[in-house]
Amino acid sequence: MTATESNTPLVSVRNLKIGAVTDSGREVEIIKGVDFDIAPGEILALIGESGSGKTTIALSLMGHTRTGCSIQGGQIRVGENDVTAMSRRARAGMRGTEVSYVPQSAAAAFNPSKRIIDQVIETTEIHKLMPRSTARAKAVELFRALALPDAENIGSRYPHQVSGGQLQRLSAAMALISDPQLVIFDEPTTALDVTTQIEVLRAFKSIMAAGGCAGVYVSHDLAVVAQIADRIVVLRGGEVQEEGTTDQILNAPHHPYTKELLAAFEPSPHQVIASTMDDKQEPILEVRNLFAGYGTVRKGEPPVKVLKDVSFRLERGRNLGVIGESGSGKSTLARAVAGILPAYSGEILMNGRQTHHDLAKRSKEELRRTQIVFQLADTALNPGHSIGSILARPLTFYHGLRGKAREARVIELLDMVHLPGNMRHRVPSELSGGQKQRVNLARALAAQPELILCDEITSALDTVVAAAILDLLKELQNELGLSYMFISHDLSTVEAICDDVLVMFKGEIVEALPALRMSDLATHPYSRLLISSIPKLSTGWLSSLEQDPELIAQFANR
Amino acid sequence: MAVSDSSSPSENAKAGGPNFVFNWVGRIGLAVILFWALVALAGPYLAPYPPGEIVDWDYFGPVSSQYWMGTDYLGRDIFSRIITGARYTVGISLAAVTLACTIGVLLGMIAAVAGGWFDMILSRFLDAYNGIPALLFGLVVVAAVGSSIPVLILTLTAIYMPGSYRFARALAVNINTMDFVTVARARGEGTGYLILREIFPNILGPVLADLGLRFVFIVLVLSGLSFLGLGVQPPNADWGALVRENIEGLSFGAPAVIFPSIAIASLTISVNMFIDNLPIRIRDRSE
Amino acid sequence: MPRSLLPYYLVLQRLGIALLTLVIVSFAVFFATALLPGDVAEILLGQAATPEAVAGLREAMGLDEPALSRFIGWLTGLFQGDLGTSYVNNMEVADLIGGRLSNSLRLAAVTTLVSVPIALTLGICAAMWRGSIFDRAVSILTISVISVPEFMVATLAVLIFAVWLGWLPALSYGANVDSWGAILRAYAMPVISLSFVVSAQMIRMTRAAVIETINTPYVEMALLKGASLSRQVLRHALPNAFGPIANAVALSLSYLVGGVIIVETIFNYPGVAKLMVDAVSTRDLPLIQSCAMIFCVSYLSLITLADVIAVLSNPRLRK
Repeated sequence: MTATESNTPLVSVRNLKIGAVTDSGREVEIIKGVDFDIAPGEILALIGESGSGKTTIALSLMGHTRTGCSIQGGQIRVGENDVTAMSRRARAGMRGTEVSYVPQSAAAAFNPSKRIIDQVIETTEIHKLMPRSTARAKAVELFRALALPDAENIGSRYPHQVSGGQLQRLSAAMALISDPQLVIFDEPTTALDVTTQIEVLRAFKSIMAAGGCAGVYVSHDLAVVAQIADRIVVLRGGEVQEEGTTDQILNAPHHPYTKELLAAFEPSPHQVIASTMDDKQEPILEVRNLFAGYGTVRKGEPPVKVLKDVSFRLERGRNLGVIGESGSGKSTLARAVAGILPAYSGEILMNGRQTHHDLAKRSKEELRRTQIVFQLADTALNPGHSIGSILARPLTFYHGLRGKAREARVIELLDMVHLPGNMRHRVPSELSGGQKQRVNLARALAAQPELILCDEITSALDTVVAAAILDLLKELQNELGLSYMFISHDLSTVEAICDDVLVMFKGEIVEALPALRMSDLATHPYSRLLISSIPKLSTGWLSSLEQDPELIAQFANR
Repeated sequence: MAVSDSSSPSENAKAGGPNFVFNWVGRIGLAVILFWALVALAGPYLAPYPPGEIVDWDYFGPVSSQYWMGTDYLGRDIFSRIITGARYTVGISLAAVTLACTIGVLLGMIAAVAGGWFDMILSRFLDAYNGIPALLFGLVVVAAVGSSIPVLILTLTAIYMPGSYRFARALAVNINTMDFVTVARARGEGTGYLILREIFPNILGPVLADLGLRFVFIVLVLSGLSFLGLGVQPPNADWGALVRENIEGLSFGAPAVIFPSIAIASLTISVNMFIDNLPIRIRDRSE
Repeated sequence: MPRSLLPYYLVLQRLGIALLTLVIVSFAVFFATALLPGDVAEILLGQAATPEAVAGLREAMGLDEPALSRFIGWLTGLFQGDLGTSYVNNMEVADLIGGRLSNSLRLAAVTTLVSVPIALTLGICAAMWRGSIFDRAVSILTISVISVPEFMVATLAVLIFAVWLGWLPALSYGANVDSWGAILRAYAMPVISLSFVVSAQMIRMTRAAVIETINTPYVEMALLKGASLSRQVLRHALPNAFGPIANAVALSLSYLVGGVIIVETIFNYPGVAKLMVDAVSTRDLPLIQSCAMIFCVSYLSLITLADVIAVLSNPRLRK
C-alpha cells in the first residue's frame, strides 16, 4: 500500500469487515478486510463495479450500514472519532457536522414536501451550529459558488420544481453547509446525462478545491474519477485490488484487474469489413419520415409525440448506431421499428418491402427476421422458465423444432454465446448479469434473424462484462452475417461496433456520421456538444475542456 | 441497496430453487390448516356422537371426560357438532374462494393483456360492485332468495370475486410491461400464450397468498351470516351457527359458545400465520 | 388542461365515479330485493290467498308496472325523502329509521373518537420501533383481531368485562341513561368491541404507510445529516405519510359498516343495523332497501373520501 504524505491522516480505515444477511437468511462477508487512509484535503476515489462494496465502505465512514448489513470488525477513524466504537448518539452528532454525504440520486434524497432551503440548512438546525439567518446567507453563497441560477430564490422552491443537475448541486450545498472535514460523494453524476454531468463535475471540483476539505468519491467510471480524485482505490468483491495516485493508476497500473478495467474502457474499434454483398441489393432496413408517439391516436396524432420525421437506411451486413441523451427518442425508435410501438405516420421497409407499423399485423416471417434485445437483462427473461425453455420457444414457434433436435439446437445456441450447454437447466435468477444478456442474445439468434435491434444492451453491465459482450457481437456478425441497429448513450460503445451513427436530439435525427470519425466530421452544434462532453481517461480533460456556454444553454438537458 | 449490490451470482444460485423454508410459526399454521382439512373430510367418522342427537339431560353442560367440549343448549355434544360443522365452514369457504379466485384471476389477466375498452368497462363495473359492503350484500341476497348452501357459495363468490380480479389485474399489468412479455409479443405470440405461459407463472405465488387471505375473509363473512341466523340453516350448523345457537350461554361463560369460537379463530389465525411467514419471494406483493 | 387544475379534475372524477357507483349499487339493491323473491304479494298474503286477492294487492302496490319504472319511482322517492311504507306494520320507513339512525351514528362517532388516536399512536410507534418486542406484540394482536369474526371480538369482550371482571352489563342497552356513569356503561361494550375491529386494520395500514416512507432515500438522508430517530420520523416521514395514513383511516372506518351490524345485534343496540337484521327476518323489503342504501352510502362516502385524500395529498399534484 502506498503511504500517504501527511503524517496524521484524516481518515484511517483498518481491516474493515462488513457482513450482510442475504434474502435466504445466510450471513456473508461483503467487505473482507479493507485498509486505506485519507489525508486532510485529499480526494480519494473508490472505484469498482457493482458488488465491489464501494458504497457500503463509504457509508460505513459515517457509521451507517443499510438494512441487513453490519460492521463485523476492524477500525474506522475519522478525525478524532473512532467511528466503530462510538455510541449511537455520538455517531448522530458526527453525521452532517464532520462527515457529510452527497447522494447518488438527489431527486430521491430531497424530501418532496419541504422547501429546498429548509433541507439545505437542516444540518445547522439539528446540530445548532449557527442562527437560521446566517445559515441561509451561507447557503446562498454556496449556491453561487456551485453556479446555480437565481441563487437568492432557488431555495424557496420545492425539489420537483428544479432540474436533476441543479438538485445534484443543491445536495452538494446541503453537504457543505456545516463545513465538514470529509464529504462523501456517492456516484453523484451517474444518473445524469453527459452534457449535464460536466457542469456538475465542474461545480464539485471548484468548490472542493476552494473549501479544502477531504472527499471520498464513489464511482464506477474511471474517466469521471480521473477529473476529480487525487488518489484511487480499486475495489473488487469487497477487497482492495490496487491503490495509487490517479496518474499512476491511469498510466502505470500494476494489478491485472486494473489493467482489465482500463482496457475495457476503450474497446477496440470496429474493423469495417468490405461488404461482399451485391451493392444493388435493397437495404435490410429503411425508414422514411417516421413519426411515433404515446397515447391514444386521435385525428391521426397521439397526444405525446416523440419521433419526428425520422429517415435512415441500414445496408445489409452493416451496423447502425443511434446515440442521444435520455429523452432523445432513441429507444422509441427501436420500438417503432420493431412494431412494439406502432408509428402513426411514415414508412418502414424491410428488404425493400413495406412492412406494417403494428407488429400484430406483421407476418411471422417478417417478425422472425428482426429480433430485439433489451437493456435490462433480468426483466427480459421470464423468471419462471428455465434457460432451456426460454431458448426452445422461438425454435418451436418459428421453425417447428421439437424433441432431440430442439435440445441439440439449444445447446448449440448456448455455445454460440459462449455459455456451457448444461446452463439450459438453470433459471434466470441463478445467472449473472452478463450471462443473462448472453441468453437474451441467444434467444434472438434462435429465430435466425437478419437484423438485431440492440437497445442499450451493454448499458446496465459493468465495463469489463460489457466489453466482452461487444466482442461477442462482432464475432457473431462475422459468423452469421447479421446486421445490428445499436442504440446507446455511450459513444465509445457505438464506436466499437458501428459503421454509421445517427445522433438524435428531441426525437429528431440531427446528423448522420461515420462511426470512426465522429468527432472530426460532426458539424451540428448538438453533436459537437455531445461528443465533447464524453469524459476522457486523462486527468486534465475537464480543466482543458472548453464548451460554448450558449450551446450548453441551448441543448443541455438540465 | 447494499445487500443486492453485493449479491454475487453464486449466492443467488443458492437462494433459488424450490427449497421453501418456513419458520416455526408458519409450520404451526400449516399443521393447523391440514388438521382442519382432514377433519372436514373425515368429520362424520370422527365424531363420537351423532351431531343432532340429544345426549345429555343437562344443557350447557361443562367440559367432562364424556363430553370433551361440553354440551349445547339442547344437550347435544359440542365436540361432535364442531367436528361435523368443520365440513360446512371449511367446505363452503373453500368452494367459494376457489370459484372467486379462478374467475377473478382469469378475468384479471385477460383485462391486463387485452386492455382497451374490455379492461375499462370490466374494471369500472367491478369497482362499483366493490362499493357494497360484504356482509350487507350477503344480508340482502339472503333476504331476497333465502339461504341454502349453493346460494351461500355463490353469494360469497360474488362478494370476493371483484377483489381477486383487482388484485390479479394489478399484478398482471405489472408483469405485462416487463420486457420478457414484450419479447414474446414481438415474437408474434397470441394472447392465450401470453396469459398462460408468460404471466400466470409469475403471479401464481402472490395469487395463492391472496387466495389464503380471501379464504379468511370468506370464513369470517360466512360465520357472520350464520351468526345472524342467515347462513347454514338448522338442523345443520357451521361454526358461526354454533355460536349463535349457544349465545345465551355467553353470560355465564358456557363452553358451548367458547369452543366454536376457538375453532373459527384457530383456522383463520393459522391461515394468516402461514401466509405471513411464507418466504418473501412467494408472498411478494400480497399485502 | 393547466397543471394547477389537475387535482380538482381528479377529485371531480372520483366524485363522478362515486355517483355512478351509487346508481349501480342502488340498482343492485333494488333488483336484488324487489325482483328476485317469488312475489311480495304472495308472501304478504300467505299460502291461503286467492289469486284474485294477490292480483288486487299487486295492483294496489304497483307491482304490475314494469321493473324499470318502479326502480325510477323508488329512486325519485328516495331523493324526496319518501322511503316508502313498511310491509309489516304499515309505518312510514322514514319514521322507523329516524331515531335509529342517530343512535347508530352516535355509536360510530364515539368509536371513531376512541379508535383513531389510539390506532395512529400505536401504528406510528410500531413503525418507528420496527422489529422491537413492542412492534411484534402489536402485530400479533392486530393479526389476531383481524383474523376472527366481529362477533367473536364482541363475545370475548363480554366474557372478559362482564362475565369474568363483572365491570359492565353483559348484553343490553341500558334503559336508564340518566347519569354519565350509566351512559358510559351503556356505550362501553359496543364501543370497545367496534374499536377493536376498526383499530386493528388502522394500525396495520398506518404502520405500513409509515414504514414505506421511512424506507425512502430522503429519510436516510436525514439520518446521514445526524437527525435523531424521532426527527426522521416526525419531521421527514410523517408529513409525506399523511396521505396514506388518512387514506388508511377512512378505509378502516368503512369496516364500521360491517362491524356495526354484528355489534348492534349482539348488544341489542337500537340502531339501523339491528332494525335491518330484524327486517330481514320479517322480509320487510322497503325497510331492507332503505337500510341497505344507508349503509351503502356511508360505506361509499368513506371509500371515496379515502380516494380523494390520496389524490390531494400527492405532493407533485399539490404544488
